[in-house]
Amino acid sequence: MTAGSTLSLMQATAPSAPAAAVRVSGLRGGYGGAPAIEGVDLALPEGARVGLLGPNGGGKTTLLRALLGELPDVGGELTVEGRLGVVPQTERSRLDFPVSALDVALMGTLSRLPWWRRPSRADRRAALAALERVGLRAEARRTFGELSGGQRQRVLVARALVQDARVLLLDEPFSGLDDPSTRLLESLFGDLAAEGRTLLISTHEIDQARGWDLVLCLNRAQIAFGPPDAVLTRDVLERTYGANVVELPGGGRGVMPPHHCG
Amino acid sequence: MLEWLVDPFSDPLLRRAALEVVLLGVTGGLLGCWIVYYELAFGAESLAHALFPGLVAAALLGVPILLGGAAGIVVAALAVAVAARAPSIGRDTAVAVVVTTLLGAGVLLALSQAAPPGLGELLFGDVLGVSDGDLLLAGALALVVVAALRVLHGRLLAVGFDRSTARSIGASPVLVDAALLVLLALAILVAVQGLGNLLVVAVLVGPAATARLLAHRMPAMMAWSVGAAMLAGIGGLLVSYHAGTAAGASIALVTVGLWALASAARRALPSVVA
Ligand SMILES: Nc1ncnc2c1ncn2[C@@H]1O[C@H](COP(=O)(O)OP(=O)(O)OP(=O)(O)O)[C@@H](O)[C@H]1O
Ligand SMILES: [Mg+2]
Repeated sequence: MTAGSTLSLMQATAPSAPAAAVRVSGLRGGYGGAPAIEGVDLALPEGARVGLLGPNGGGKTTLLRALLGELPDVGGELTVEGRLGVVPQTERSRLDFPVSALDVALMGTLSRLPWWRRPSRADRRAALAALERVGLRAEARRTFGELSGGQRQRVLVARALVQDARVLLLDEPFSGLDDPSTRLLESLFGDLAAEGRTLLISTHEIDQARGWDLVLCLNRAQIAFGPPDAVLTRDVLERTYGANVVELPGGGRGVMPPHHCG
Repeated sequence: MLEWLVDPFSDPLLRRAALEVVLLGVTGGLLGCWIVYYELAFGAESLAHALFPGLVAAALLGVPILLGGAAGIVVAALAVAVAARAPSIGRDTAVAVVVTTLLGAGVLLALSQAAPPGLGELLFGDVLGVSDGDLLLAGALALVVVAALRVLHGRLLAVGFDRSTARSIGASPVLVDAALLVLLALAILVAVQGLGNLLVVAVLVGPAATARLLAHRMPAMMAWSVGAAMLAGIGGLLVSYHAGTAAGASIALVTVGLWALASAARRALPSVVA
């Protein structure tokens, strides 16, 4: 979509690009003390997969929370077109909780129904269809905590689909997944973007983000934003991660975040 | 055997008691499922103890126990709110201090009288002495709890599953917590009359703890929990009738017994149960 364009790093999209689903300017946010993130300026086009890179504590989760309007302290401008869906890190949910995959997907109907209404047959069908979409129709009745890490991520994506989210915020969806699960999730993200949904995906894997449409580097402040080829330079990576960037044998650049293995 | 089970209930007193424990079993069994997952067992116990001086005061003044309990809960809530504001006292500590103080104050108040107003009854309940009014109240409570939990089901699930993202999918943790606490306070207020101040928590938490061992999904857990609560209620009455033990304590004993049985079953047959 932005192929061949020569964007400056701070400029969001070319004039001919698709409409922006998320537009942020001068965003600053924190938890009451000094801002955890500042100087965030970006526009996320419809149908884009956007990688969100940064060191541990760099503010990735904080940015996602700012977009959700959940941050205690935010400043700057923020507009979001369409519904936001969030796919949290699964460690945050209780694995001993008595819910099936279908129950979790059905939670996506809450925001659409009046508070006194329970999900209807049609809602259940929609939830099952969303599970089908993520390849988990057969696991609908299994307990969420029994599923593999990759399957849990996909159930949470299904929940966002039931919400009919146009913009999906995914917080380190690949952490802890094995290769087959990673490929499954990658191809699902490709399908969702092809439908015109916008995906903001925080990750520690720089080479993975290379395959996506845009990259945002965040280390307390925005370091760079733009297409991967333009953004993922040695200089930007060093400013993002400190001096821990190493050359990988394959020619790509890897990074060793201090507290991250894998 | 059949006589052992049926004969006691030819006594109208026991029939009323059975109705009371069944109604409270519905309330406690259902509410308990959320209490165990929202980690409110300590809160439930605190509430039950903290309203004790209210019960004693009501008994002394000759006003309805329900009124005293309600006043007791309000006073306790205010005391906790004030104590928790004191710098350098943690919230948990504040609750513990307030609750112990209130329970102690209640006991002192009761013992200070020449003729203590049924202290044992207030502490351990008198399920064999329930009035028509008590039964009506327990029935109304069961209805309210069933209706409220039905309406709140999806939101309770969403918040319990993942509090941090519940708001983004349309469930406010603050409102859900508040609704659950109000239901809990109502349930304690009503149940405390039949089951007493010390045993009410057994009925609110025990059956759900048992059900948690046996079920994978909330609806199934609720069914097990209500079943366990009713079984413990009726079973406890039978034990108390035949063994001449106190009714409330017998019910608590059977409740714990069912939990032990479920734990053993889960250990013995891990693949069949849970
Ligand atoms: N709830 C909170 N209250 C106060 N400070 C917080 C809170 N959450 C995060 N922070 C602070 O905000 C900063 C950014 O944290 P954030 O979790 O956004 O980083 P991250 O990029 O998501 O890190 P990670 O890769 O470890 O997930 C950190 O300094 C952190 O200590
Ligand atoms: Mg994070």
